[in-house]
Amino acid sequence: MRDIIFYLLIIGAGTGGELCVTRAMKAVGEVKDFRPAALVGIITRALRVSWMWAGLTLMGTAFFCLLAVLSRENVSFVVPVTALSYGAGALGGKFFLGEQVTPRRWAGVFLVCIGVTIVIMGRR
Amino acid sequence: MKSSAGLHFKTYLLILLMVVFGPLGNVLLGKGMKRIGAVSIATPSDALDFLSRVVTSGTIWLGIGSLITFFLAYMLVLSWADYSYVQPASAVAYGMVALLAHFMLREVVTPMRWMGVLLICLGVLVVGHTPPRTTEPS
Repeated sequence: MRDIIFYLLIIGAGTGGELCVTRAMKAVGEVKDFRPAALVGIITRALRVSWMWAGLTLMGTAFFCLLAVLSRENVSFVVPVTALSYGAGALGGKFFLGEQVTPRRWAGVFLVCIGVTIVIMGRR
Repeated sequence: MKSSAGLHFKTYLLILLMVVFGPLGNVLLGKGMKRIGAVSIATPSDALDFLSRVVTSGTIWLGIGSLITFFLAYMLVLSWADYSYVQPASAVAYGMVALLAHFMLREVVTPMRWMGVLLICLGVLVVGHTPPRTTEPS
């Protein structure tokens, strides 16, 4: 049960964190100038967006949950299971960021989910 | 996208860095955590003990360094290459993790797990062949 909570946090907090960071970077605007001084300015602007802090907090939570799970499980099991974040990402992209998830993208997510199910079923 | 040899070279080089350092980072984190052993974070002192063991592990820091290298390569290559060109590399990463775990950590990867990993790679490839932007830029 504890491991299921950790996996849910890795997938949920990790994907939630990425979505928050994406939302923050969309608020900052498209990066066109890659000179070091300009990049420092962009990072400073990004850090003023509250979504960025929410995203970094969530991603940090997911990272420590990943470490906790890796202390007990094989990495060749844990990493494929975290691919479920593609499903969470598609749902989050659709409902949180207003993206259009095409049938082909859903088909890809479905394949990922079948693959993860096989990895879980083959757990020894 | 320019078709100069130099641009191709640096694109391939950075994708190679991504494919190597992303999975390597995860495998090093796995190795470091296996050395630390199963953690319990039931109380705040347990959590602090866990944190102190993590930050004093050289293998964990190597893993974090590898993941930062992966992330920098990913950000840099996306500054000129198409997302849909770069993204399939993340599919290869799942296969790389299984290979590295097998050879570096001596993990037993069963045929069923390989099949699952293969399907995940296929799924990620299909996702990568969809339009990378479906919203209007703000």
